[in-house]
Amino acid sequence: MSQSFDVIIVGAGIVGAACAAECVEAGLKTLVLDRGIVAGGTTAAGMGHIVVMDDSEAQFNLTEYSRRLWLQMRDQLPAEVEYEICGTLWVAADEEEMAEARRKGEFYSARTARVEILNGEEVRRVEPNLRSGLAGGLRVIDDGVLYPPCAAKFLLDNARRRGAEFRAGANVTKLLSEGGVLLADGSRISAGHAVNAIGPWSPELTPGLPVRKRKGHLVITERYPDFVNHQIVELGYLKSAHSISKDSVAFNIQPRQTGQMLIGSSRQYDAEGSEVDYEILAKMLARATEYLPSLGKLSATRAWTGHRAATPDKLPLIGPSAEHERIWLASGHEGLGITTSLGTGRLIADLLLGRQTEIPAEPYAPSRFANTSTHHA
Amino acid sequence: MPDQINLRINGKSVSVQPGTLVAAAIAQSGVNGFRRSVKGQPRGPLCGMGVCMECRVTINGLAHCRSCYVICENGMEVRTDA
Amino acid sequence: MPEPRLDFEVVVVGAGPAGIAAACAAAENGRRTALIDETPWLGGQIWRGQDVKTTIPEASQWIERLRKSKVTLLSQCTVLGAIGERTLLTEQSSGPGEIYWERLILATGARELFLPFPGWTLPGNFGPGGLQSLAKHGWPVAGKRVVLAGSGPLLLAVGSGLRAMGAHIISINEQTPLARLISFGAELIRHPAKLAQAVRLKASLLGTPFRCGVWPLKADGAGQVQSVVLTDGHRKWTEDCDYLACGFGLVPNVELPLALGCQLNDGFAKVDEWQCSTVPNVYCAGELTGIGGADAALVEGQIAGLAASDRHDAARSLFSRRAKWQRFASALATAFALRNELTTLALPDTFVCRCEDVTFDKLKDFSGWRDAKLQTRCGMGSCQGRICGAAVKVIFGWGMESVRPPILPARVESLNLHSTNLR
Repeated sequence: MSQSFDVIIVGAGIVGAACAAECVEAGLKTLVLDRGIVAGGTTAAGMGHIVVMDDSEAQFNLTEYSRRLWLQMRDQLPAEVEYEICGTLWVAADEEEMAEARRKGEFYSARTARVEILNGEEVRRVEPNLRSGLAGGLRVIDDGVLYPPCAAKFLLDNARRRGAEFRAGANVTKLLSEGGVLLADGSRISAGHAVNAIGPWSPELTPGLPVRKRKGHLVITERYPDFVNHQIVELGYLKSAHSISKDSVAFNIQPRQTGQMLIGSSRQYDAEGSEVDYEILAKMLARATEYLPSLGKLSATRAWTGHRAATPDKLPLIGPSAEHERIWLASGHEGLGITTSLGTGRLIADLLLGRQTEIPAEPYAPSRFANTSTHHA
Repeated sequence: MPDQINLRINGKSVSVQPGTLVAAAIAQSGVNGFRRSVKGQPRGPLCGMGVCMECRVTINGLAHCRSCYVICENGMEVRTDA
Repeated sequence: MPEPRLDFEVVVVGAGPAGIAAACAAAENGRRTALIDETPWLGGQIWRGQDVKTTIPEASQWIERLRKSKVTLLSQCTVLGAIGERTLLTEQSSGPGEIYWERLILATGARELFLPFPGWTLPGNFGPGGLQSLAKHGWPVAGKRVVLAGSGPLLLAVGSGLRAMGAHIISINEQTPLARLISFGAELIRHPAKLAQAVRLKASLLGTPFRCGVWPLKADGAGQVQSVVLTDGHRKWTEDCDYLACGFGLVPNVELPLALGCQLNDGFAKVDEWQCSTVPNVYCAGELTGIGGADAALVEGQIAGLAASDRHDAARSLFSRRAKWQRFASALATAFALRNELTTLALPDTFVCRCEDVTFDKLKDFSGWRDAKLQTRCGMGSCQGRICGAAVKVIFGWGMESVRPPILPARVESLNLHSTNLR
């Protein structure tokens, strides 16, 4: 075996980059490998919403912890990361959704995340382009948006400046149980630990891993500054993110610093291809137009797709794999990878060094799936 | 002699021959900059065939219209952004 | 209110010479044929304005032939992409629509190649073809001082055309060395009509300096072009002007072929002898397969139209004429190949991506298009990478990625077809 590292991180997406930054900070000799370029996979397709979520305590803990880390990092981030604390506005179309908005608001307030409940009029005052007749909404004040590829590169560059090595175009074919990786060219690199951070492709390197590809669509518009001010998400989003098997769309729009807007979102399983599905696109845009009636006349310059890494319980896999103590996971982040990349990086470094973690790490332990069926990759 | 087409460019009335492009009408009215680039530079048409997107102006309230592909019509309201 | 879905046996995209010829061939052989163009005009770029005021007899003949045929003309109709099998998604001012085809002929032509140099983003810098097109529709050129630069036969043609409209042509500056132009002259002799045309054009510009081996270094001006600095590689000089018409040749509009899955060969659509692409039932004709001008486009369009109408014998009879024009196209490419100096005109602060204002210094250290795009947003703007993509291919050797829909910017409502409309 040639060379030796303390940790090899496979996957230079935002999660891998965050892990690298934390590992190097923790004093570990770190190598990052990617079969392509930095942020070329799921990170390139992502929306870049920095958001707290409340599907579970564990999800809230990880998102809130991570969001706090982003906020702390705010002044260090270069301009091209375009980090804006614009807040999320969850909109309720009816009283049922408004009740959910209030419940959510109470959940967050009880855990010291700042929120504001808005009624139907107030919601239109902060977002004049929303349709009339909405029941109201919930503002989550410290949520924000950023541009993921530049954020990932920033994290990776930080890691490299502190001594981490990065090799683009390095195709890992196997994670070795004795530590290290095997590359497509037949060479081996040894390491104390190898971390699988390749997102939706994770089962290729860790057979049987319960990570499924969940396809999403996005559209970017021309520049329409001030058309929307927050990242606006419908409360029905949760219903689709909850759904395990159905194809679904939900209204989700993000203002970028450039004045362009990202319109999402869609979720599909068993859609391996990266081609744009016009039917899903149509449904997604129709849904968005229901909330923003003047959206129809705006100019869209591009549509694309990406695949999220989805797990059965909507929580990521962070920590040692069930089978091999030298093979670790940092994957399965579904639609929260950009947000929780920082928290994941911290947890990985803490766990590797046996340090006390700031939030409980057990809910994300890969071993929680050890006894469920492990269908082959 | 065909009737002239009357439109307004940045609030100023302009008369042009039928078949004139909005881009040409803007030039005829003495405006050089059609839009501002991301860094604030004035820009005007480059390709003349609808691909460069530098000639975009607002026509009748609709933003991002390629003025090199739109023929002037009576009563049009054209706004440049430069 | 969206247009209802339209069904045709043959759909032709692009109403330039290739598309007109293809549509005529198909319709004359009994096929229910549509010809789509995103402009309100016929003729594409090279025959721009010929549908209103004829100066090229061949153009008027073909346009007349088209008008007499049973081709359904869909004007101001932008093709946004391909849905499912055999269906194009379109956008017109009335809204989105779908067009079903059994055979598809793509004749989307070419656009000018722009290379960045200091000052190229100033208003008043146009592509030569671009300025001529604008001028045909009212852009003021009478009395304006114009410097032409860059490369290709267009420079002479446009210089002559603009002069006829009253422009004062200061100079025409071709980057290719004189020796190559002379060799091209030898090829022109095989095409007497083209030679005669070239001689006529040159004669119309008697008194205007026509230089070879000269290229632009920078354009200057306060808010618009007022002068241009030119060089022959040794000395530099400045010429005052009102307009700079600078373009470095043509690149094919392969976005729609790519969206349909057609393979490219050296940047052009790969086709067989029937002009059929690598995707069954999808044909490509004209500049898409090689920059050859109207003559090559006409014969390729006819072959595609005949083949799409299953008239293979008639198509075959045109093969030798096509071969002649393809030789001409090849000679064109050789004669006007771009010199190395053009790849180093940009200074660190010269914008390469005009839509997102990305400068040369931000791009030069990337190893490829995808990395550069993701990190700088170069190519992610409104022109969807058409202008800068072609430039970085020349400057850095970066290949173009696959296209993302829509092929051209579309209104959100055009992408919002109800699923019941879809097959």
